[in-house]
Amino acid sequence: MVAPQPPPPDAPRPPDGADVLKRRRFLSRISLALSTAAAAVVGVPVLGFLLSPLTRKPPNQWRPVGAADAFKVGETVSVKFEDAAALPWSGVSARTAAWLRRDDENTFTAFAVNCTHLGCPVQWFADPKLFLCPCHGGVYNADGSVAGGPPPKPLGRYSVRVRGGQVEILTGPIPLG
Amino acid sequence: MIKRLLSGLDDRTGLLTWFRQALEHPVPPRTGWWYVFGSATFLAFMLQVVTGIALATAYVPSAGDAYASLKFITEQALMGRFLRGLHYFGASAMVVLIGIHVARVYLMGAFKFPRELNWLSGALLLLLTLALAFTGQLLRWDQNAVWSVIVAAAQAGRLPVVGQDVARFLLAGDTVGGATLSRFFAFHVFFIPALVFLLVGLHLALVLRHGISERPQVGDPVDKATYRARYEALLRREGVPFWPDAAWRDVVFGAAMVAVVALLAITIGPPQLGQQPDPSILKADPRPDWYFLWYFAVLALTPTHLETAVIVLGPLIFGAILLCVPFFNTGERSVRRRPWAAIVVLLIVSVIGIFWLAGERAPWSPDFAAKPLPAAVVRDTTPEVVEGARLFYTKGCEFCHAIDGQGGARGPDLSLVATRMSPLEMVGRITNGGPNMPAFASTLTPAEIQAIVAFLATRK
Repeated sequence: MVAPQPPPPDAPRPPDGADVLKRRRFLSRISLALSTAAAAVVGVPVLGFLLSPLTRKPPNQWRPVGAADAFKVGETVSVKFEDAAALPWSGVSARTAAWLRRDDENTFTAFAVNCTHLGCPVQWFADPKLFLCPCHGGVYNADGSVAGGPPPKPLGRYSVRVRGGQVEILTGPIPLG
Repeated sequence: MIKRLLSGLDDRTGLLTWFRQALEHPVPPRTGWWYVFGSATFLAFMLQVVTGIALATAYVPSAGDAYASLKFITEQALMGRFLRGLHYFGASAMVVLIGIHVARVYLMGAFKFPRELNWLSGALLLLLTLALAFTGQLLRWDQNAVWSVIVAAAQAGRLPVVGQDVARFLLAGDTVGGATLSRFFAFHVFFIPALVFLLVGLHLALVLRHGISERPQVGDPVDKATYRARYEALLRREGVPFWPDAAWRDVVFGAAMVAVVALLAITIGPPQLGQQPDPSILKADPRPDWYFLWYFAVLALTPTHLETAVIVLGPLIFGAILLCVPFFNTGERSVRRRPWAAIVVLLIVSVIGIFWLAGERAPWSPDFAAKPLPAAVVRDTTPEVVEGARLFYTKGCEFCHAIDGQGGARGPDLSLVATRMSPLEMVGRITNGGPNMPAFASTLTPAEIQAIVAFLATRK
């Protein structure tokens, strides 16, 4: 039987239990920190990208809707225009509309088409002079005030101006809530 | 040769052994047909994954082109109409089956110890299934889808403080447009299915860990201290391998479900595409798919002052109830000792059913398709009465009021109005309006009001 030889004096000393634990703790922490940093490098831009609509400034654009002479005083008609934040691939879904009334020679009123209840498109009926909502039966008077049904507030309005004989509407975000 | 190949594969991966163990794990005896709805829901989900992937090879998730690509899939692509039908009725099957599965688990007390997390993961899967159903309807990018997005965003907008931000997050901006459809497409085909896969994995792992619950027995309450030992003793004594002793029923029911979905896809076909997704076309009548029709009715029938509370608190309370169920995790499982459980399920089904029927009829919506009243309905030939009947139509009264079955149901039926109101009262109501009725003082002349009243006075 050969007796175990003592290690040579210059051989590396085997780590004791405390050293091993210390090393493992260090390696665990550095691994967790690196993983977190890597996740943040990917996760932060992804989250930022997904939430970017919240940081964009709400768009407002003047859109021409027709020659002023084309609208009769007292008449309420739907006018179509491109929404304020159209993207190149939006296609027809970038179109939007408003109910435009010529109050007198120089004054126009533009009502949002969205019911203030849940956003459905209201329709104007000239004979009874009412806006009616097909979804839940909201009714608005000609001035946009609520006449019946669940809408909590009057129809929204857009700013209107006449520039160079053209009626323009200041369109913006869909009026919600 | 194949045996050697499989043996080698199993040696390297362990997958076959794991799969065999999972398939043959012992389950309690006499589980019966009530236990097939979970696997059928999963099968319906896989049907959605397969048909969805196929549809995604032709569907263009661009707001400008999605509608045309859907028309191509439906009208020109080989089997495209059938695939769309499978996807639509598969979604319906998934919603129905997960609903029945949740009700079955609740009624049989299968959520009790030690299966509380099975319930919670299942509850999340129920919510994700509804989210898939809603986002799927929006991918049918027609006029109805566009307005449905706006309605969803408007509801989100009612949330206190963060409402507008949530609405903008959903729309991916301030208007419906190019970014909106892409966002819902990503939710529908990536985010939500990924979560569903994760939760289904967890749900199945928990089923394997805790075993399929045995049929509840009256007078056999769940006791945390003894349940596991008793369950294991039951399996040792009477347990049967899941495959094929119990699984055959899952297979038969699943195959029947697929057959029914295929039959519906062939005979009824996918939902018709509405008008193109152009928000400037204002002649629209937005309606949700059938699974949300009841909620559409809730929103119409809730008193205005309670509406925001219902929109905001309703889903929160529903979610809280789902989360709270497993806190009642001990005691009797049998529904005979938990009659209130049956009452709760019946109540939920009845309420949803009643609102669903109301949503189907939508009596609160004006009848824009109303036609002028024919002479046979007007009956009287006096000029003033005939003029009144004409005005009743042209001035929009008929949108909300019916006479002899013609007209809307938003307001009271006026077929016999003269038996309950005098002409003077009618003048007052028309002039000043009433609850939910506009005042017509500024839009009708006294002569017009008189003519309408003359017509209504004949209705007795």
